[in-house]
Amino acid sequence: MAQRRFLAFLILAVGAALGWYVYHAQITASKPFKLGLDLSGGTQLVYRADTSALQGGDVASSMEALRDTIERRVNLFGVAEPIVQTETAGALAGASEERLIVELPGVTDTQKAIELIGQTPVLEFRLLKEGATIPIDNSTTSLNAAFEVAAITGKNLKSAELQFQSGAGMASESVVVINFDGEGTELFADLTRDNVGRNFGIFLDGVPISVPVIREAIPNGTAVISGNFSPDLAKELARNLNYGALPVPIELISTQTVSGTLGEKAVRDGIMAGFWGVIAVALFMLIWYRLPGFIAALALSLYIVVNLILFLYIPVTLTAAGIAAFILSIGMAVDANILIFERTREELAGGKNAQDAIRDGFSRAWLSIRDSNISSMITAVILFMFGTSLIKGFALVFGIGVLVSMLTAITVSRTFLLALGLDAKTGLSRFFLSSGFFSGSTKN
Amino acid sequence: MFIIKNRNIFFVLTSLVVAAAIASIAVFGLHPSIDFTGGTLAQVTYTEGRPNPEALQASLDAAGFEGYSLREANTSDYILRAQTLTPAQRDSLPNTLSIGGANPATVASLTDIGPTIGVELRNKSILAIALVLLCIMLFIAFAFRKVSKPVTSWIYGSMAIVGLVHNIIITLGFFALLGYLTGAQIDTLFVTAILTVLGFSIHDTIVVFDRVRENLAVNHERNRKEDFAETAGRSLGQTFVRSINTSLTVLITLAILYWIGPESTRDFSLTLLVGIIAGTYSSLFLATPLLVTIEKARGHKK
Repeated sequence: MAQRRFLAFLILAVGAALGWYVYHAQITASKPFKLGLDLSGGTQLVYRADTSALQGGDVASSMEALRDTIERRVNLFGVAEPIVQTETAGALAGASEERLIVELPGVTDTQKAIELIGQTPVLEFRLLKEGATIPIDNSTTSLNAAFEVAAITGKNLKSAELQFQSGAGMASESVVVINFDGEGTELFADLTRDNVGRNFGIFLDGVPISVPVIREAIPNGTAVISGNFSPDLAKELARNLNYGALPVPIELISTQTVSGTLGEKAVRDGIMAGFWGVIAVALFMLIWYRLPGFIAALALSLYIVVNLILFLYIPVTLTAAGIAAFILSIGMAVDANILIFERTREELAGGKNAQDAIRDGFSRAWLSIRDSNISSMITAVILFMFGTSLIKGFALVFGIGVLVSMLTAITVSRTFLLALGLDAKTGLSRFFLSSGFFSGSTKN
Repeated sequence: MFIIKNRNIFFVLTSLVVAAAIASIAVFGLHPSIDFTGGTLAQVTYTEGRPNPEALQASLDAAGFEGYSLREANTSDYILRAQTLTPAQRDSLPNTLSIGGANPATVASLTDIGPTIGVELRNKSILAIALVLLCIMLFIAFAFRKVSKPVTSWIYGSMAIVGLVHNIIITLGFFALLGYLTGAQIDTLFVTAILTVLGFSIHDTIVVFDRVRENLAVNHERNRKEDFAETAGRSLGQTFVRSINTSLTVLITLAILYWIGPESTRDFSLTLLVGIIAGTYSSLFLATPLLVTIEKARGHKK
């Protein structure tokens, strides 16, 4: 008994310490909760990457290069904690496609966000097919018919700079000199060596900017883009290429923007709903189940603290749906307690003493608790597998809630109840252990 | 147990409510949101009073919007539903919504979903619902694999599923009505609510059935002869308070979430509220009484 009381005390002390820690971390903002875009305000852009020109093996590395490029670009504009990730949409989208997802917290002007990404040029290299002539019109079909994909892509670009070059018959011409990275230098050397005499097309945003003839192998990894640029245009091109040229073209397919004020209000409302939800459930438990109800309320507080700690350290990105899941799970978390208390009450009514009744109540209720939680877990896991980020937020919080509630109900509540060391012989403890609003006697 | 004794009254009541729900679905229909169809959803807040709908419509028409819908929200907001924006439309959206700057407006939220994402979300939702149903059926089959007398385990399973169908119909019927009243549409959050209701209500039913099973086993052990209706009634009585209390605590939190929680989850909490009431009702007043009716019918045949 003393041991059990010590354990109960320990659980309480640890719970209180953790609770204080979470509170302190929020007040001092040393470790704030991660909020989704719908709560923090911001913009999410989803792009489809056109990888049709790439070979299978190149897709993954190109998508990686694409992500890095966009990330660099976004960072350049001083967006705090942007998320740039790639995703492969499977057969469920109708056709497999590569996507790029960009999340920009704090950017609530959709148009500005799109422009920020959109200014990134797409740099491609293609070889003119043998026997083909450079098409006069720049339509995609005639370009695709005349050119073939070269082994080198925009992802091999290291840097670009503006230079002035004396052209034939002109005083000087602005050109952009691009330098390839190590891999690019090798590829470019091979390519130029094997294709001397062919036309090499440098494409920007799908349009050939210049199509020089390869005169000799170029081993030093530089190429010149000359396209009758004005000095200003050449300068801008060099800058944009330096910020990052996209290895594959992208197309915007979905946007979502939530203003900061709307998000703040959602957080405030969510916290208020959570607060009153806990108070209401705790009060209900206290009034109906009395002493065990008080223990359920204690277990509930621990449940909340453990959950919040998990949210901070997994970490879970909280969305409005996630907050809803958490509040819902508070209501469900006491279910295990209710099952146990109802069972304990029955065992008491059957004439057992308090300690045995509590023990048997727990073991009898366990099967029901396990079964019911399995069905909730099934839902949570499937939602997590198939949900959008919004639904994943719900499923993760819900799933964590189900697991933690099982833990707190079967360990914490049990320890507390047994630590009280009640015997149900005296009228008072019988009153405390029974339930209902009016009488101390047990029914049935 | 009065529920078992008066089960036919409750069956009639249940049938009436289900009929009303089906009528609601048939009359009002269920409208998929842009999550599934692709399109644009924008909430606009007018800082200096919102313009009248005609003026805003004229402005939208001029910007080339077609087949859109406008709905008033809060006191100074409009909610615009339209097809996927063209780049030009997106570019000029602030100008269009503020009617050329005459009515200062801020876009509180803007969601623009392309058709391919819509198709993907729809397929994923269908797959998720199918998987949850399948897993729940497997789970029921597993949970009741050992019961055979006097009703076989597959009848327990079937009745649990009848309860689930009831819950889904009621929730859908309610949502059709809600859609008619407030313009609520079926979105991914709604699908989530339905699946959560499925998970929650099956557990409610299982708790009651578990008790029936346990009491049958005890009767068998002690060689006690008891009518199945008696056993079922007794089991219901023993789990009744638990069922109501568990649902109550969940309903309390959902009601609070509905009243003071974030606006974006309001329809969601309301859907859950209705679904969980239906779920609790069906496990107490539909699934278990049906067991008794079936047992009696089979008994007569023998």
